[in-house]
Amino acid sequence: MLTETIETVPIRSSEDIVRVRQKVRFQAGAMGMSLIDQTKFITAASEIARNTFEYGGGGELVMETLRDGARRGLRLTFLDEGPGIADIEQAMRDHFTTGGGLGLGLGGAKRLVNEFDIESRPGEGTRISLIRWK
Amino acid sequence: MDKIPILKVGKCLLVTIQIDMHDRLAMALQDDLTNAIVTSRAKGVLIDVSALEIVDSFIGRMLSNIASASRVLDAVTIVVGMRPHVAITLVELGVQLSGIQTARNVDKGLETISRLIEQSESTDAYGDD
Ligand SMILES: Nc1ncnc2c1ncn2[C@@H]1O[C@H](COP(=O)(O)OP(=O)(O)O)[C@@H](O)[C@H]1O
Ligand SMILES: [Mg+2]
Repeated sequence: MLTETIETVPIRSSEDIVRVRQKVRFQAGAMGMSLIDQTKFITAASEIARNTFEYGGGGELVMETLRDGARRGLRLTFLDEGPGIADIEQAMRDHFTTGGGLGLGLGGAKRLVNEFDIESRPGEGTRISLIRWK
Repeated sequence: MDKIPILKVGKCLLVTIQIDMHDRLAMALQDDLTNAIVTSRAKGVLIDVSALEIVDSFIGRMLSNIASASRVLDAVTIVVGMRPHVAITLVELGVQLSGIQTARNVDKGLETISRLIEQSESTDAYGDD
């Protein structure tokens, strides 16, 4: 699989979450993703970017294009060096929240993408990657 | 722009969300709108989301909160013009806008609100007898 980094986007404010949505929209559009696929991917990105900011204490998004044979895709990796998640299974469960949210960000984002990967270690941080294939 | 304008149309408040709001802006709108229902004695709130390209769980929660608060303040909230791809994505995300009334466009929304206001006024009238 061929990967190419397009851009790194800082996530340090709620305005940055809007910027993440705009950048993902631009790349997904450039790749020729359908409107519905774009919408799902941007929505998933918005959820994870908010978590990076709210729970991870800020971090960044690395955007990459993927090429696997004839398949093209977009990978978004969200990184933070925050408190991490001790129980990932619990955090992924719908309606689980420690911040008074709806608790749908992680579970919902997973439903909205083709591939979802999460790694987290208490005290070290969290890394979540989302892939949508065209 | 750092505030979403709220217009008064008859007994209704009309809000047209035309930009991709950051979270603080969405919270401010929720507060402003709740205050405006009280100060303007509005009976209805119409939120036009037809320009929104996405609604995530934060904005979904904001819409639910506004609807719940307006109910407590004796006003009806109608969300207008949500685009189909946005609605489909919200469902898959798992956000239920169950307590929220919706309408296809602003005209239809205003019609529904006037009808609901009339209904509630006639029940109030019975209640007074
Ligand atoms: N980057 C992160 N760092 C630490 N904890 C996180 C992170 N992302 C998510 N979490 C934890 O997972 C929970 C569930 O997240 P989510 O599904 O997005 O729901 P919500 O944001 O509504 O709480 C959060 O309440 C938080 O405890
Ligand atoms: Mg979240």
